Amino acid sequence: MIIEDMTIQKNECIALNTFEMVISGEEIPLQIQSGQFVHIQIGDGKLNMLRRPISVADINRISKTITLIYHVTGDGTKWLSTLTEGTMVNVLGPLGNGFEIKHAEGNHILIVGGGVGVPPLYHLTKQLVRHHQVTVVLGFATHEAIFYESAFQQLAETYVATNDGTYGYHGVVTDVINQLDQPFQYYYACGPSPMLQAVQRQMTDTHGQLSFEERMGCGVGACFACVCEAKNDKGYVKICQDGPVLQANEVIL
Amino acid sequence: MNLEVTLGDLHLNNPIMPASGCFGFGREFSAFYDLNQLGAIAIKAATGEARFGNQTPRVAETSSGMLNAIGLQNPGVNGIIEQELPFLNQYNVPVIANIAGSTLEEYIEVAKKMSEQPVVQALELNISCPNVKEGGVQFGTDPTLAYHVTQAVKSVSTKPVFVKLSPNVTDITDIATAVEKAGADGLSMINTLTGRRIDLHQQSPIIANGSGGLSGPAIKPIAIHMIHQVRQKTDLPIIGMGGIQSTEDVLEFLLAGADAVAVGTANFQNPFICERLVQDLPNTLQAYGFNSVKEVRDARCSHQSTSH
Ligand SMILES: Cc1cc2nc3c(=O)[nH]c(=O)nc-3n(C[C@H](O)[C@H](O)[C@H](O)COP(=O)(O)O)c2cc1C
Repeated sequence: MIIEDMTIQKNECIALNTFEMVISGEEIPLQIQSGQFVHIQIGDGKLNMLRRPISVADINRISKTITLIYHVTGDGTKWLSTLTEGTMVNVLGPLGNGFEIKHAEGNHILIVGGGVGVPPLYHLTKQLVRHHQVTVVLGFATHEAIFYESAFQQLAETYVATNDGTYGYHGVVTDVINQLDQPFQYYYACGPSPMLQAVQRQMTDTHGQLSFEERMGCGVGACFACVCEAKNDKGYVKICQDGPVLQANEVIL
Repeated sequence: MNLEVTLGDLHLNNPIMPASGCFGFGREFSAFYDLNQLGAIAIKAATGEARFGNQTPRVAETSSGMLNAIGLQNPGVNGIIEQELPFLNQYNVPVIANIAGSTLEEYIEVAKKMSEQPVVQALELNISCPNVKEGGVQFGTDPTLAYHVTQAVKSVSTKPVFVKLSPNVTDITDIATAVEKAGADGLSMINTLTGRRIDLHQQSPIIANGSGGLSGPAIKPIAIHMIHQVRQKTDLPIIGMGGIQSTEDVLEFLLAGADAVAVGTANFQNPFICERLVQDLPNTLQAYGFNSVKEVRDARCSHQSTSH
C-alpha cells in the first residue's frame, strides 16, 4: 500500500459514459494483482475529500502500466475523464484482496460480468485461459454501453446480453447461463449487487468468487463505510479490506 | 522544537491525534507509519454491546466534505478490550477511548470498563453522534442531560473525561458550561453537523439512514468559531477538530482556543496525513514566529485578555 503520482498514458471514451485509462508508475503496477483496486484522488483534494475506488482491468509489468475502466457517474469521475495524456493522478494502492486463482477448481470456469463490473474480469480471464476452459457471459444495459467484447472473444467463448435487447441476447446474464446449460465447475462474477445476488442463487451448487462494489470512505478498512453482512464470526466483512473479492458462499446478499 | 502539550493530567508529545471513528483502532494506519509519532490516538466509539451499524450506503461526498452515517458499528466494549486494545499496548501513545450509549446505564458501564484499562489514558464521552436513533445526541443537545451523563461518567471513571460536544445546538456554550459544572476534565469539539443529500435518479437520500453527519473542510469555520465561543467561557483543555488538513489549519485551531487537535476525514484522503502534520508543524509554527506549541497558547491567552 503506497501513494504514488502516476502518469496518464491514455484516457479515452470506449462506450457510453465509459472511459479506459492507462496510467504508468513505479511500484503499483508491479505490486497489484487481479481483482485488487486503486483509490484515486480527485482534483487537488480540496473540494473532493473522498478518493474513487477503481478496479484494475489489466496489468503490464514490463511497461509498468495498469489499465482502469471507469463509468462517469458524478463530478469526480467527470473530472477524471477530462484529464489528458501526460497529466499526473495521485493513486493509493494496491488495495483489497483480489481473485484467488489457485482455487479455481475443475476445468470449465464461468466468468460473469455486469456493466462496470466487467473490467476486473479481463485480467483474470487472461490468466485463467492458460490452464482452463473458460466461458464468459457479459451483461450491459444497452448496445452503446458495451465494451471489451472482442477483447474477451479473443481469449474465450463470450456471450453478451443487453437489458433492452439492442444487442446480443435480450435479457440478463442469468438467462444466458440457463440457456448454456453447462456443468461449470467454478465461477467468478463481478457487477452490481442485484446481479451478484441472482448469480449466487443460480450457482448454489458451484463454488465461486464474487467481486463487490460499494460506496467507500477510506478504502483501507478503518471507517466501516462499506460493510456487508457475512457468515463469519464477526457477522460482517469490509468490502475494501476483506474484499472486494469474497467467496460466494461467505456473504449474505 | 518542543511540541508538547498538557491537557490537564494528560501529557502529549505533540498536539496531533487522529479523530475518533476515522482511524479504527489504529491497525490499518500502522501499515503506513509508526503510530508512536502521534500525540494520542482517539479510538472508535465503544458501546455496551456489539453493534452492526446502519444499512449501506453509509457515506456520501459533499463539497469539501462528506456525510457519514456509520451507526457506531463496533464489537462492544468487551470486544474492544479483548481484540483491539492489546494491539495498541505496544505503542507509547496515550489512547483516548470514545464512549457511546443509548442510556445513562450503558454510558456508565462502558466508561467504567474502559477507564480500568491501563492503555486507556482518557475517555472521550461521545454525546454527539447524530447517526443512531436512540443514542448519544439527545444527551448532547440538552444541558441538563449533558450535566447528568457527565457527572455519572465522572463518578465511575478513574481517568480524565473529555466531553465531545455536538454542534447541532443553538448555543454550544450552554452545553460546555453544563458539562464543566458536572466535572468534565476537558472538551472535544466539534462532532459532525447533521446533513442530507438526495440522489436525483432515485429521488431518495444517498445515505441509507437518510441523514448523516457532515465533516471535512466544509465545517472548519464553524468549528473554529465554536471553539472561540467556548474558549471565552472556560479554561478547560479543548481538543479541536473539524476539517483539519494542513499545519496552517492546526495553528488556526490553536489560536482559536484549542490546546490539541484531532484529524478525521483527512485520513481518508491521505492515510499519511497525521504523520505529515506532526513532521511539518515546527516549520509552520516557526514561519508565524512561534518556537513551541506553548508559545501559541501564551500568545492567544495574552491576546484574549486584551480583546474579544
Ligand atoms: C466516518 C466517520 C466516523 C466517525 N465516528 C465517530 C465516532 O465513532 N465517535 C465520535 O465521537 N466521532 C466520530 N466521528 C466524528 C469525528 O471524530 C470528528 O469529530 C468529525 O468528523 C470532524 O472532524 P473532521 O472534519 O476532521 O472529520 C466520525 C466521523 C466520520 C467522518
